[in-house]
This record gives sequence, structure tokens and C-alpha cells, in this order.
Amino acid sequence: MSSIVIKGASILGGEPRDILIRDGVVADIGQGLTGDETVEARGLIALPGLVDLHTHLREPGREDAETVATGTRAAALGGYTAVHAMANTEPVADTAGVVEQVWRLGQEAGYCDVQPVGAVTVGLGGERLAELGAMADSAAQVRVFSDDGKCVSDAVLMRRALEYVKAFDGVVAQHAQEPRLTSGAQMNEGAVSGRLGLTGWPAVAEEAVIARDCLLAAHVGSRLHVCHVSTAGSVEILRWAKSKGWDVTAEVTPHHLLLTDELVEDSPVGAYNPIYKVNPPLRTRADVEALREALADGTIDCVATDHAPHPVEDKETEWAAAAMGMIGLETALSVVQEAMVETGLLDWAGVAERMSLAPARIGRLRGHGRSIEVGAPANITLYDASVRGEVDPSGYASKSRNTPYEGRTLPGRVVATFLRGRPTVLNGKLA
Amino acid sequence: MKRHLISAADLSRDDALLILDTADELAKISERSIKKLPTLRGRTVVNLFFEDSTRTRISFEAAAKRLSADVINFSAKGSSVSKGESLKDTALTLEAMGADAVVIRHGASGAPHRLATWVRGSVVNAGDGTHEHPTQALLDAFTMRRRLGSLDGRKITIVGDVLHSRVARSNVLLLSTLGAEVTLVAPPTLFPVSVDSWPCQISYDLDAVLPKSDVVMMLRVQRERMNAAFFPTEREYSRRYGLDRDRVARMPDEAIVMHPGPMNRGMEIAAEVADSPRSTIVEQVANGVTTRMAVLYLLLGGADLGGEIQ
Repeated sequence: MSSIVIKGASILGGEPRDILIRDGVVADIGQGLTGDETVEARGLIALPGLVDLHTHLREPGREDAETVATGTRAAALGGYTAVHAMANTEPVADTAGVVEQVWRLGQEAGYCDVQPVGAVTVGLGGERLAELGAMADSAAQVRVFSDDGKCVSDAVLMRRALEYVKAFDGVVAQHAQEPRLTSGAQMNEGAVSGRLGLTGWPAVAEEAVIARDCLLAAHVGSRLHVCHVSTAGSVEILRWAKSKGWDVTAEVTPHHLLLTDELVEDSPVGAYNPIYKVNPPLRTRADVEALREALADGTIDCVATDHAPHPVEDKETEWAAAAMGMIGLETALSVVQEAMVETGLLDWAGVAERMSLAPARIGRLRGHGRSIEVGAPANITLYDASVRGEVDPSGYASKSRNTPYEGRTLPGRVVATFLRGRPTVLNGKLA
Repeated sequence: MKRHLISAADLSRDDALLILDTADELAKISERSIKKLPTLRGRTVVNLFFEDSTRTRISFEAAAKRLSADVINFSAKGSSVSKGESLKDTALTLEAMGADAVVIRHGASGAPHRLATWVRGSVVNAGDGTHEHPTQALLDAFTMRRRLGSLDGRKITIVGDVLHSRVARSNVLLLSTLGAEVTLVAPPTLFPVSVDSWPCQISYDLDAVLPKSDVVMMLRVQRERMNAAFFPTEREYSRRYGLDRDRVARMPDEAIVMHPGPMNRGMEIAAEVADSPRSTIVEQVANGVTTRMAVLYLLLGGADLGGEIQ
């Protein structure tokens, strides 16, 4: 098999090194290395291929919004080599059959590995456990289970799920949203929602569920993952749970690290523009600051995109009728650079930990989230942190265009992505 | 003035006073035997009502017709409008028909903002969800001015379901712009959590506020709020926050009673209070036409009014 040498890449922002890739693994790291093909990487940062714990690929069921093929291309362009496909498809990924289908579609697409997430309850109905073991034993080897989009709000069901997945080292990834407190909720409950007359989504609806689940996980000795943490109060609860030594992990989305609920009232695209409608909702500046700090100090383990594609007609509506969600795969690294690196909160080693190593660990993905060292699978992202550019979704690989960053200037650009040594992206374009 | 009237916050003090002064002039026309002005001849005003509101629609229709505008009533209720694409498609249809102004009533907060991004004509918010109803606030201010003179320093008490009230939001913004001191009174469950950031006072105690009020405006309380545990029973609400004869007796002699309608007689307001000489409820309806005439006239940039009235 031919070899590739990446010339002069700055691994995690360090001194320039050549990286030799052969047979899909890193064969050597040093100076003056040669290979059959050469990729010039002077001035570029080399990161381990990014891993997303939270992606909506929409297939099967909503192929008008995204498919496994288009979503994984978007992932590759964003520097990802593995994504976890959320279970809220139509049909729901609640059986071995559906998760194997999604897994195979990912294999066929070939742009990044697709690790299906299994539903916790049948049809996301919150009433009976889905066949978690069958999904774990399937070819897809599901380890992450989530009813994402809906909360497993029944305390007994949540307890059982947490206990049950211990048999195969699984984890329940909870979408923390107390349903009664968020009935009809449209945006963060605060000064802006009061002025705009939109039904509020109180922080306590998230925090109360996180607190309960941390206590449940501790009680049954299982591990819990908390999806898209969005409030300062949630951070405090997680910090407390971790201080007890409990096996609790958490993720934050790029948009919750950058955007606030004030955009619903006042933005360049007009008030009440549903491009900013997302679940959980955009919160306040104080929440953003707390989330950044928590990601920096490890209280929040990782960044997960919650890439949620929607067709134009589901967003070009009045606010209440619009779908919730934002696409994020192709902007995640840039947003993290702006929110975390340029603020001095994380260095590039920290970015690698939060966007590759930690999510792979939580998802029990072997072969991903490994540091760039000899013998490791050659999953590598080359990133140019020195450029800035205006976000223009017209060229995105995603089928959908619902990015909240359109027209905004963001730093950085993914130049190349390698999946087990094979380039999926070169010169910023699909290879 | 801005091109649209979507929020009472769109109006500066000068804008608001101009509308009220213009409405004063227009009121004179309503007293004439021929009530019609040629000002908006050839202009098209569309009444786009996604919610039933016969009184508001008729008020706008009368206002536009008295200014000689062509009026198209588009009642979207019952058609396939629950999906947002329909709002955009409807907007594009109106745009193609050349609407100079679109008066929109919609159940979703912010729908007029969205509409304004899709049409070139002026958008007038005739009530959006639980957000705002700026022409209601203008007609209320107009009514208060006629009874009390300038609103500077006047003490205005608004009582009821502030959380879900577009009338309350618009009134707080407009009345504070006009220099009045607004106090909102409601049970704590019917305030937004962040109401302390609004330009007004809040109170849970109606009886304590009444003696210091020049105006007491009662808001309609929807009976279904009871099911969502905002208050225990209608009877308890009425006892604590309803305006009955005994409470009216605590108000200063000159103070007036207002209600935007439709009323729940016996719930937030006693029938004898609604029908008393202090009540401006019927005047508010009449003033609605004049105020809306002023809004349409100014937004659509009609000819010099002075010449036409004399």
C-alpha cells in the first residue's frame, strides 16, 4: 500500500514535524521523511481526527434534510473522522435492524465512520425500554443510548436504563428537559422572552433533570452522559457530581459557547428569526461564560455539535412554527477556536482532548480519539488557524443551510482530513 | 416614523404624540355627516387576520375606508395556515397584489416581524400572540388624553394576566414613552419572571395601588389559565384581582376605568363597574377607528391633513 507524508505539520500547535502514514496508521514522525505522496502542511495544525458524540444525520426518514452521505461529507469537511448518529430518525433507531442500516450506510459513504446511537425507549416514547442489548450486540455495536430530542423523564425508566446498560459498558446520554416545565416553550426564559412574549424555557427544567440523573447514576453505579449542557446552573451541578467521583460526563455545543438569547430580539437577520431556534435554547451571556470555563477546566468533557439539519421551509416561518436546531459540523472547529482558543481558555492539545479524545472515550470508539503517535490509526485533521473568513453556507456539503453563523466572520479552516490514512478532504475540498 | 408599526417601542415620544395629535384632528371628521377623506385613494390596505377578532378587523376596515383606501379582508382562519410556509406564501401573494399596507393579526408572537421581511409595504401589528398590540395602546393613550389631558406623571395601573397580554406589553412601552408612571398588578404567577426589567412598577396588591391610580385598566383573563394552575379558581381570582364596586370606591374621584375588551363580566370586572360613567370601554372602541386612521395615514404618507380637514 502506498504511503503519504504530511510535511511540516504542527502537531497540537508544536514544532513542525513530518508525519508518515502507511497502511492506515502513523508509521513515523520526524524530520525529512518521504513517502509516495506528499501533503504540504507547513503552518497547519495537526489534530487527531475529530469525533462528534451528537449528530443528526436524518436518515432514514428525513432525507430531504440530510442523508448519511451528505452528513458525513459535511463531517469530513469539518475535520471529523467519526460521528455518532442520533436515534430520532423515522423509523426511530430503536432496533438492531435500524442501527445496522445506519451503520452500513456510513460504511458505504466512506467519508467518516458513523456510530449509531440507539434509542433508550421504544419509539422515543418514554414508556418501555428498547432492546438495548440487541443493539449493543449488533454489527453496529451500539454503546451510546439516547432519546435525544426527548427527555427520559420517567425516573424509574431512567434508573433502569442506567442499570441495564452496565452489562455491555453502555452509557445513557440524557437530553435533560423536564417536559412539564417546558410545555410549549420557545426560548430561554428570561428578560428577552418576557419582552418578546415567547413562552419561556427555564434553566431549572434542564438543571433539575441533570441533578436527578447524577444522583441516579451514583445510586446504581452506572455512567451518565449529559447532552448539550446549556446553563450555568447545570455546570455547577456537574462540578459537584464530579467532585463526588461519580462517572458523569457532559458535552456542550459550539453554538452554546458563542451565541446568546439576545439574538432572538436583535440580530442582522431580524427579530424572531428561527435560525436561532434550537433545543436547548440559546441562553444568556453569563451562561456562555460559565460553559466556556467549564469546558476549559474539564467539568464539561467535550464539544458535540448537535448538528440538526432542517429544510428551508421548516425555518422560513413564524417563530412558533419553526423547527428547532442548527447545523454545525462544518463550523464547529472555527467556533471553538473563536470561543476557546482565541480567548486563551484552551490550547490545541486541549481542543484535541475536547473534540477527539474525550468523545471517543465516552462513546467507547476504538480506533478514534487517539493521539497522533507512531502506531496509532492515521485519523488526522489539518487545520489552518491563521485565516479568517465570512461564513457562506452556499457551498456546504450538508443538504441544509440552517447555520446561525451566515455572514459572520469566523477564524480557521479545515484543510485536510485523513480517515485511516485515506484523505477524505484535501485543500479544503472533498477528496 | 418607521415604515412599520410592529411594536410600541418603534415609536419615539414625538412619533407617539404626532399620532395622537393627528387622531385628534381626524376625530373631528367622525363628527361630520360625511366621514370620508380622499387621502388614501388608490392605496390598498390588506387586513390579514389569522385569528378571529371581528372588532379589531372592523375597526381597521372602517379606518382604511374612511381614508378612501381599497380594503381587502383576508381571513386566513380555516385555510391551511398552521404551517409557516403559508405565512410566507401569503406574504408573497399580497406582495404580488401590491398591498401598500398589511394589517396582521396572528397567534404567533413575532409573526409581523417575519412578514415585514417578506413584503415591501408597511406592516401594522394588530396583535401578535402574547407579544404586542400597539394600536390598542395608542387608542388607550388617546382615550386617556381625552379624559385626563397630558399623560406626563399620570399614574396608570394595569391589572391582570400580564404574562400573556399583548395589550399590557404595548401599553407599558407606550405609556412610559409618554411619561406616565405605570404599575402592573397581578398574582405572581401571571408576571413574566423578568418583569422587574420593564419600565414600570409591579405589585401583587390591587387594594394598595388603587388610591394612587388615575387610570385602572383591567385585562381580560382567559378562563383556561385556571387549568394551568396560574390561579386556583375564578372566584379566588375575582376576589383578589377583580374590580368591583367596593374597589372602585377606593379610587380617586376623577380616576377612570378601562378595558380593552372583550370583557368577562363578573370575573375581572363587575358589570356595574363596566357600565358606570367612569368606564371608558365604549369610548375606547370609537377611538380605535380614529387612532387607526391616524396610523394608516401617517405610515402611508398621506397628503397634508390640515388642508383636507378645513
